[in-house]
Amino acid sequence: MSLMTELAILVLAAFVGFEVISKVPTTLHTPLMSQTNAIHGIVMLGGLIVLGYANDPLEYVIGTIAVAFGAINIVGGFMVTDRMLGMFSKKPKPKADADGKGGS
Amino acid sequence: MVTAVLQPGGEAATALYIVAFSLFIIGLKRGTHPTSAKQGNLIAAAGMAVAVVTTLLLDGMGNWGLIIIGLAGGSAIGFIASVRVQMTEMPQMVALYNGVGGGAVALIAWSELRHGISLGGDIPLEELIPTLLAAVIGSVSFWGSNIAFAKLQDLIPTKPLAVPGQQVINALLVVAILAACVDLVINNGDPSQGLFIAILIAAAILGNLVVLPIGGADMPVVISLLNAFTGLSAAAAGFALENVALIVAGTLVGSSGTILTMEMATAMNRSVSNILFSGFGGAPAAAAGSAETRPHVSIGAQDAAIKLAYADTVVIVPGYGLAVAQAQHAIKEVGDELEKRGVTVNYAIHPVAGRMPGHMNVLLAEADVPYEQLKEMEEINPEMPRTDVAVVVGANDVTNPAAQNDPDSPIAGMPIIEVNQAQQVIVIKRSMSPGFAGIDNDLFYEPNTSMLFDDAKKAAADIAAEIQNL
Repeated sequence: MSLMTELAILVLAAFVGFEVISKVPTTLHTPLMSQTNAIHGIVMLGGLIVLGYANDPLEYVIGTIAVAFGAINIVGGFMVTDRMLGMFSKKPKPKADADGKGGS
Repeated sequence: MVTAVLQPGGEAATALYIVAFSLFIIGLKRGTHPTSAKQGNLIAAAGMAVAVVTTLLLDGMGNWGLIIIGLAGGSAIGFIASVRVQMTEMPQMVALYNGVGGGAVALIAWSELRHGISLGGDIPLEELIPTLLAAVIGSVSFWGSNIAFAKLQDLIPTKPLAVPGQQVINALLVVAILAACVDLVINNGDPSQGLFIAILIAAAILGNLVVLPIGGADMPVVISLLNAFTGLSAAAAGFALENVALIVAGTLVGSSGTILTMEMATAMNRSVSNILFSGFGGAPAAAAGSAETRPHVSIGAQDAAIKLAYADTVVIVPGYGLAVAQAQHAIKEVGDELEKRGVTVNYAIHPVAGRMPGHMNVLLAEADVPYEQLKEMEEINPEMPRTDVAVVVGANDVTNPAAQNDPDSPIAGMPIIEVNQAQQVIVIKRSMSPGFAGIDNDLFYEPNTSMLFDDAKKAAADIAAEIQNL
């Protein structure tokens, strides 16, 4: 991929980001921030690539930590977002407060 | 094992990455509507799964033991943390996840540089420059997010901590980082790894120094900004690794995070540069000094219950104190009791109530408050003069009339929920102490304001019980 192609992709992606996100109800700001936060967990791919092709001890360490950090970012990010958004879904049963972690 | 192995940068791998980032875009789009948001998050997560599996299938990947250790360890930590976290602690959780993302980018950049050096010869600039960008932004984001987390978790004081000559030190650090980057770029045939590590450390100090002086009230904006930064650093890493998924996803987060940041700053009537470069709590000492104990009215739960039960319209204004006291279920009970008696109950949500926009909505939704009863500030303010009783639960600065009346106030111009327009105001609060911004609230001394000093959860439970007894 040439540098110019990559730059074209960057600019287009930036505009897509602006367009998709504008006009969000305040209600959804926190979940959405959390979701975008999870999406930048994509850096784990970079961690996998450097670790997958690493061949000296220091790089093993750096790569493993990078993959672990990325995995925390992805798994934690999407799960926390899901928990937040679960609060908004219509409850099928009138009283289903089973999870009990956030409550009293 | 798996027969089909993908070529790095080949058509099959790129096609799968395109599928992945398309799912991200669809997921984000769905995430902007309450009804489809949960589904949107799952779609984005599916996109992430596609991207990860694609990468694992790349030709020549090795070190599987370490990959499994990293994946399993990180996933376990992320899983446990997200299951255990309480709803009130969400903001710092986002800060933490954001930080590790930035840290990963900085480490990847370091590894990339070592890889480039080991190949010998000049490192191509289109690879070296993004590597340096990723290293600097990633390191700033990692340390800045950790400080934000520590402040919100009360591990370090939430008050702005100013270092003398702060701006000068920051500027010098930026210049030093730039100079070091230029040096590495010029000497791209033999870049000094020591200098690169010095850049990482300087960026780490910068991240600390930029966030430390910022008060807790502004932290949401900072987290959102750092979130956008991490996205950009991921995009930069994508350039270095020529990975289209990283470029698109990182840029998406960078641009959408920037929008969110600006929306939050607008809600507080502050510019982002204002938040970053002027510590918030600089002025409060002067304001607090003038307050000799002014007279205020204090009431108990029974009085509050009577005021509420015989009102026609009640507006409940929740704030961070409600979150801290976990009072969302108790306050919902008060609302239910009032509705049984035919009182109209609404909840007024300030855009920055709590510590993040939407924080209150999440908490009240957890307590099953119907979506229709949650009113945004612009919607509820015109209703205030027709409101019989406004109940302020653990909120302070977002109701302070000084924002409108006192041009010298540190929060002057910040939009507020105009509870002072209501016929009567009940403020549930533990003491007269000032709020996050550290300034006195004139509302508490208005003649039609009654103070109920108690923990928000206990007070709400008491009021609900008293209403039942009436």
